[in-house]
Parts: sequence; structure tokens; C-alpha cells
Amino acid sequence: MSEAPTAYEHPLMKGYREQLSCGFPQVAEVFEDCMAEALSVLSREGIDAYLEYARFLCKMGRGVEPVLIFLEEWPTIATTLGESALPAISDFIRKMWKSPNGRAIVPFLQSLAATSRRLHSQEQMQDYMNLALAFMERTTGSIHGIHTTFASPGLPEFFTHSPYLLNQVSIAGLKNWVEYGIRNYGDHPERQQDYFSLQSADSRAMLQKERHGTLLVDNERKLDLYLRSLWQTDAHFVPYSLKFDELRKPIPYYDQLGIRLPDVYDDLILPSPPQGEGESDRLPAGEIVISGLDRYRAVLAHIVGHRRWTTAIFADNYSPFQRMAIEFFEDARVEALAMREYPGLRRLFIKLHPKPVEDACDPESTSCLRHRLAMLSRALLDPRHGYCDAQLLDFTQRFHDLMAQGESSTEAIASLALSYVAKTRRQSDQFAKVHFDNTEVDYRDDNRHLWRFHEQSDDEEMFDDHRKIELEEEELQGLPPRHYPEWDYNSQTYRPDWASVYEALHPKGNPAHIDQLLIKHAALAKRLKRMLDLLKPQDKVRIRYQEEGSELDLDVALRSLIDFKSGATPDPRINMSHKTSGRDIAVMLLLDLSESLNEKASGSDQTILELSQEAVSLLAWAVDKLGDPFAIGGFHSNTRHDVRYLHIKGYSEHWDDEVKGRLAAMEAAYSTRMGAAMRHAAHYLQAQKADKKLMLILTDGEPSDVDTKDERLLIEDARQAVKELDQKGIYTYCINLDPKADEYVADIFGKQYTVIDNIQRLPERLPQLFIALTK
Amino acid sequence: MTDKDQYKIRKEPFYQAQGKEVALYEAAYVARLPVMIKGPTGCGKSRFVEYMAWRLGKPLITVACNEDMTASDLVGRYILEANGTRWLDGPLTTAARIGAICYLDEIVEARQDTTVVIHPLTDHRRTLPLDKKGELIEAHADFQLVISYNPGYQSLLKDLKQSTKQRFTAFEFDYPDAQLEIGIVAKETGTDEALAGKLVKIGRTARNLKGHGLDEGISTRLLVYAATLIKGGVEPRDACRMALVRPITDDADIRDTLDHAIDATFA
Repeated sequence: MSEAPTAYEHPLMKGYREQLSCGFPQVAEVFEDCMAEALSVLSREGIDAYLEYARFLCKMGRGVEPVLIFLEEWPTIATTLGESALPAISDFIRKMWKSPNGRAIVPFLQSLAATSRRLHSQEQMQDYMNLALAFMERTTGSIHGIHTTFASPGLPEFFTHSPYLLNQVSIAGLKNWVEYGIRNYGDHPERQQDYFSLQSADSRAMLQKERHGTLLVDNERKLDLYLRSLWQTDAHFVPYSLKFDELRKPIPYYDQLGIRLPDVYDDLILPSPPQGEGESDRLPAGEIVISGLDRYRAVLAHIVGHRRWTTAIFADNYSPFQRMAIEFFEDARVEALAMREYPGLRRLFIKLHPKPVEDACDPESTSCLRHRLAMLSRALLDPRHGYCDAQLLDFTQRFHDLMAQGESSTEAIASLALSYVAKTRRQSDQFAKVHFDNTEVDYRDDNRHLWRFHEQSDDEEMFDDHRKIELEEEELQGLPPRHYPEWDYNSQTYRPDWASVYEALHPKGNPAHIDQLLIKHAALAKRLKRMLDLLKPQDKVRIRYQEEGSELDLDVALRSLIDFKSGATPDPRINMSHKTSGRDIAVMLLLDLSESLNEKASGSDQTILELSQEAVSLLAWAVDKLGDPFAIGGFHSNTRHDVRYLHIKGYSEHWDDEVKGRLAAMEAAYSTRMGAAMRHAAHYLQAQKADKKLMLILTDGEPSDVDTKDERLLIEDARQAVKELDQKGIYTYCINLDPKADEYVADIFGKQYTVIDNIQRLPERLPQLFIALTK
Repeated sequence: MTDKDQYKIRKEPFYQAQGKEVALYEAAYVARLPVMIKGPTGCGKSRFVEYMAWRLGKPLITVACNEDMTASDLVGRYILEANGTRWLDGPLTTAARIGAICYLDEIVEARQDTTVVIHPLTDHRRTLPLDKKGELIEAHADFQLVISYNPGYQSLLKDLKQSTKQRFTAFEFDYPDAQLEIGIVAKETGTDEALAGKLVKIGRTARNLKGHGLDEGISTRLLVYAATLIKGGVEPRDACRMALVRPITDDADIRDTLDHAIDATFA
């Protein structure tokens, strides 16, 4: 810069002050310091723009905050984004200022420095501001539709949290997250605030979905397979979140309840080591990438190593330093053993293990024990460590000698560790200032399993053992809810864990009622019986008159031969073959039990519910005769928080009085949230082992619920559910009793539906439909 | 008369015994008891039968069973000729006539009604009635019936009837233990033991996944394939992916895991 420190002479500063011309006393206090910083980083034009814009902020009538923050923060922002970013930013602020959202200017400016650090470039910053602008426009309220009059409730919260958000997700992810919030809480100020301040559960869930990196939930199966195949063990994984604990980063560990792992690992990108030979051959020049999945595998390999080879030892007699050394040595031992099993692990471990620089720690002022141990640990792992400390080399050799004899043991390694501590002890190890840089091995667990304690507590008396938890007495009514996502067609995304499905046994009624119904339909039952007999698997069917077949049909062949000899054209179809027709179909019948079933069917004095009951009874009887695995469930819903799934018949239950009783007590109430019920029913059907899986849905109207204003939403969700089921190999078929169903049923089920206009004939049609479907 | 020699095994097949099965089989043959061999795919069932046929110096007629196979495919059928029909013996009939060992591989693949035709041959009668031809064949004194199947992937539909099962003496085969398997892979392909050891190790990781997405683990046969490829100059990792992982699964998670196992094994 051309302005030397001598340039801050009073007259010059005074000139700047006049250029700013801002009367707030708070500004005067900090002005000189800010100016000094600005002068050191900004160009001459930059200074002018800086002062001019500060002047605008000062005069715009939003108090002293905006100008103060700007004066203080701009120089840093300008260094990350470049001075030329100012017009765009000022433009954005001006837009806020002209809208009712002036209150959001301060949070925006406050977060600007941190945000710009995350975004790096002006283009990204522009994306971010466009996003915020769209957000502002869509959430700023208006009455009568002409002037926007109410400030956006979520905008200030959004700015406050934006640095954190950008740390977690990309701009694209942030956009999705914002979109979701606006869509679902656009007309609800308090909820909107909760959402954008990350207070509400679905706000966090959505954010988690948009996170970059490898999520544990997505890879649980892979990791489970990893443990099973490579280590012949299995474990329960418990995720913990790294996100809400910025200061103390949790470390993986395991106990009786399972292996605790972080919920997400980003791919780790490291600068490539300077050396040219060996490992990095196959990698793109300049960096090493370790996928999140491999990081999980490294953690698991390490933990499994402990589970296999570590025996707990008593901690009481060791000092904290000694314990730390023992942990480092033991970690190295189990890894050495694991690498013996799978040599390729060494590459992975070496990449993840920090490589402390040999003289990074000054033993005169800092406690270097951690540093020394991290170097040693590196040396034990990496034969090409390149350290030259004599003690380190000596102990590396001793470690390898010990390991060469066999598996060694935790005790043996502990004594090696103790002698290491004794040999290398320094006075400065006691210092409070500890060298931490580059010493954390983040794929290693916290080694809590390594220690046993003689005394469980320092207290004289212990009460812990006697305390019993007596909370478990409370009896469970029904099962805990299961949560299912719901499809939002507006954004083409799932709303995570949106609908809560409570499953319960259907209350029981009088089974005789169902028997009476069956007697009433005895004639129909007889006809059905005949159809069923045709359907039953008949092991072998002979197909005659085949050109290609498994066997010669001697009768036909001779007839052909006679034809041939007498000059006529012989029939070439002289073979026959056999076919077995077996059945392997699992069926799920899902009944809509919503309020509308209580209406009288047109042209009948029976309600739709009663007719459904008859139909279902007949169908259940028929399927039972066939012997196909069959289940019945009913559903209704009262908002997304209360979708009820009523269990009427399970696959293992027989068509007996118990089931008939439940069917007899069928009642209708509430609304129809079809998608959630289908997903729930599907998870039972999916567990069935059958070639073909059929889900029949008997309903009398379109999906709807009291908490959903948009009619299409649940229809689209049901359609999505049908697609999901299709992917799981479940064939869905809808039997619709709504004469007006044509408007929507094809949207949901494609061609897989039947509308039964004449509901009175339902008892007859339902079993026939089933038979036709499974013929 | 059919040429007996074409069914003879001329060269000694390599077979590494896992236990006493050779002696036991010989004893069963002396008494002409039917033998059933169970075991996962590629563990050496067919090789064992071949080896025993060579050892006993008897002809071996192998029938690979499949779903479309009918009783006439085993027993024989009339075929058309210019002047009428002619009877053609099926493999089972041929074996019974010439005194061969008849080996029905993967018998459960054949339908149950098909397998019933072997019943009269497998008890004290040792006869085979050809009802269509109106002939009753007395089995040759050297005739023996051997069947094999893989109990691993049989569904409810694919099982042998009790009445069939109870006509056989049985061996249960499994993949050999690690040392033995290394020896087999090394001997069969001529690779060194260190490489064979690594292949066997990968094979074992996959076998641990049986029932968790894999119906069958990596068989000894596939290990031999991999070793053959490597011996032919293919990079070991590629060979393993090609011979060991890709054939056995379409499941992306399992594929990733096994690929990782390969990387972890070949340092």
C-alpha cells in the first residue's frame, strides 16, 4: 500500500472523518482503529467506497449498529471476497431497507464476515444473497395483496444461523432447506421462526438430509456387512451428532450397548505428501481422498481390534501420562494385529493418522508428551516415518520385537509403555500448555474399555448400586409409533418422518356375526368354492399338441404318421409337455376405515361399512380356503400425528373366531391418509416370503386428512407410495367404491384399480376380483 | 451295445480328501449302496464323484438335472424315424445296462415327479421298469446311483421327498478349512501358497456374509478361477473383482464390502 504508517496523521484522518460525516459517538471511538485496518488492506478507491457506504448506513435511520458493524467487518470481508463485492452487497442491503425487513440488516451484516469466509467467492455470495432475497420476498406478509407490510419472521433468524448452516451444507443444500421451510411454514410466523432458528425437529432433520458427506444411516448395512465379512462379528451402531457440540468433539467409543459413531463423515481430502514413490501412485496428483465410508471402516477396524485383542487392565495405579502412553501403545498394537490380518489396512491407517512434524513442539515452553506419543504412534504404523529421534527409534524397534513374538498382550504392551514414559520423561510435561496440533488420531476410539478400576468412586459410601430404576412398570398401550416420510409433490422431496403410525389390535366383537354373514351369502360362497377349486395348485398339467415338448405323444404321433404315409399333411404337433401350476402369493388387504364408510350405500339400506364387512368376510374365507398367506389391516387418520393402523388379521393367524371377532367390530371414523398406511402395511407384506406379493386396498374415497389443505398432496403421496411398493416387488391394486373415483384413482394406481359402482354387489365382486388377479 | 469306454475317466482327477470320504465311499460301492452328496456349490462334489469313478475304474454317466427335465429324459423315449418309432435309452437306463456309476447332479432342480423314477433302482429291487416299452431292466452288477444337491438355496418347493432321501447314504461336504483350501488352490493352478492364502482369505470373508444378502459364499471353484486369471498375468485385484465378486452378487453394498476386503487383503 502506498499509505505508510506515517500517513495516519491527524489531518488525513480528519479528512476521512469528514468524508464519513457520521455523528454517532460510538463510531468516533472506533473510527481510527477501523480506518487503520482499512488502509492496510483496501485500495484508494476502495477506501472511498468504504467511507461512502458507511455514510449511507449511518444515515439510513437504523441506528448505530449497521454502520459500526460495517466499519469493523468490511476490511476482513474485502480480503476474502475482494473489494468489488461491495456494490452487490450494498444493493442487497438497500433492498432490505426498502422492504419492511430493516430489522434483518443487522443480523445480515453481523454474519457477513463469517458467511463470506465459508463462501470464498463473489459468485457464491451472489447465490447466497439471491437465495436470501427470494426468501425475503416470499415470506414478507401483505394485506390486500398490494403492499408488503409485515416483516419476514424467519429472515433475521436465517441470517444469524447462516454461517453455521453453510458450514454444514452447500448452497444448493441450503436452498432446499430454505425452500422446505418456506413451503411448510410460510404462513405460520412462530413455526417459521422455530424452523429457521433450527429449533424444530424437522428443521434439523431436513438439514441432516441436505448435509454433505457420508451419513451413517445410509451406510449402516455396508458397515454391518463389513464387520460380518471381514471380522466375523456384528455390532449395533449408535450414531452421535458432531454438529451441536462444537467445542468438545465427541470421539467414537463402544460399550455393551453398541459402537458409537459420528452420524456423518465428510470425505477427507489431504494434501499429498511431498515424496514421489510408492503409495500415491494411483491418486490424482496433489491430494489424497479418503471416502467417508473408508473412514467409518477404519474406525470399525480399530474398534474390532480392541474387542478382539484388548483385555482391560487396572487403571488405579497409573498416572494420567502413563495411561495416555499405554493407550497409544495399545492402539498401535491392535492395529498392528489387524494389519497382520488385512495388510491393506495399513494404507488406510497411514492416510488417516496425523504426521506430526518432528520439531513442531518446543519442550521449553510446552508440554510435549502428546506430540512425542503421536510421533511414536506414527512411527509404529508407518515404516517410512522418517523421524530420527533416538528414543523413538529404540522404542519402535522394541515394539516390533515384541510383536514379532506373537500377539503380545495388553499387559506386556503396558509395561513397554511405562518404560517409555520413564525414559522420555521431561519436566516440561507437567506444563499446562499442551501441544495439541496434529496429534489427534480421529479414527481411534476413546479407550474407555481399556480400564478397570478397583474403586468405583472416591466417595465413602456408594449409593449407586442400590438405586433401582422403577420407571419401566408403566404398561404400554399398543406399540410405539412408527414414522414414515411423506412425499411432497411441490418440491419432489420427502418430508422426513412426517406421519406417525400407531398400530393396535382391532377391538373384538362377536364372531358369530361374521358367521351369520357367511351363511347369508351361502349361495355365493358355493359359487366361489367352485372357482377356488380351479385355482388350487394342481401339481401337473399335461399340455398336448406341442411341436416342441418333453415327450412324444405316441397317439398323436402315430396318427400323424398315418397321415404322412397316406399322403396327407401330417400334424407336426406330436409332442406333449407338462406344466406344474403352483401358487406362491402373499396377500395384504388394507381397509379404509374412514368416517365416510358410515354413509348408506346408494340404493341400499346397508351402510358401506356393512357391505365392506360382508365382502371382506367372504374374501377372507375364500383366501383361507386357498391357503395363501393373508393379512388384513384397517386404517384411518386424524392428522399426520395420529395415523392409526388397526390389526385385524396377521399372516400367522388363522381364519378363526379371534379374527372374525375383530372383523365384526369394524368401525369407521376420521380421515384417509393412505400413503402412510400403505407404507406401514408394506413392511409386513415385505417380510413375507412369496414369489408374488399383492396389496389390495379397499377404499371409498380419495386420500385426505384434516391437516392438509392441498387436495393433491395426499393423492401424490399415495401415488409415490405405490411406486415405492412397486420397487419392493409388491403389486398394489385398488378397489374403489367411490363412483367419482375416476378423477384421481388412475393418478394413484395407474391401471391397477377397479371402481365398483354398484356397491351392493361388493361382497360378490371382491372375491371374484381377487381370484381374477391371482389366476 | 453302448460303448462303455467313452464313459471311463482316463486321467486321474486331482482330488484332495478332506476326511475319510474316500474310504467310506468305497465301502458304499462295495455294497452298491446309493450315495447322496450334499454341499454348497463349487466345494468339490462333482470332482469327488469323478475321482471315485476313476479310482474304482468304473464308467461315469453324469446328468445335470434341471427344471425342465422329465422322467423320459432319464429313462428314455421313443423317437420318430422314417418307418415308425424307435426306442432310445436315457442316461439312467444306459448306466443300469452297462454297469456305470450314474451321477445325477443337482437333483433338486429336477421336479419331484421326475425323481421318483429312480426309486426302484435304489432299493433291494435294483430294477428299472420301462413302462412305455414294456421292459424291466435288471441293473448291472456294477451299477451305482449317486446324487448330489446343494441344500443352501433350496426353497420350500425344492426339496427331496422323504421317500427319496431315505434311499441314500449321504456325505455332507463343505468348503475345506483354510490350510487345505490353500493347498487345493495352489495345487490346482500352480500358484504359490502366499497368493492362494490371500484368495482363500477373501473367500472366507464372503462366506461370512451368507444369509446376509449372499445366498452362497465364494466357492473354491471361483478361487481357482481367480488364481488362474492371476497366473495368466491379470492384476490380482482386477482378477479378484472379476472372478470372485462380480459373479456372486448384484447387491451394491455387498460388492463394495467385498471390494474393500480385496483392497484390504492385497496390501
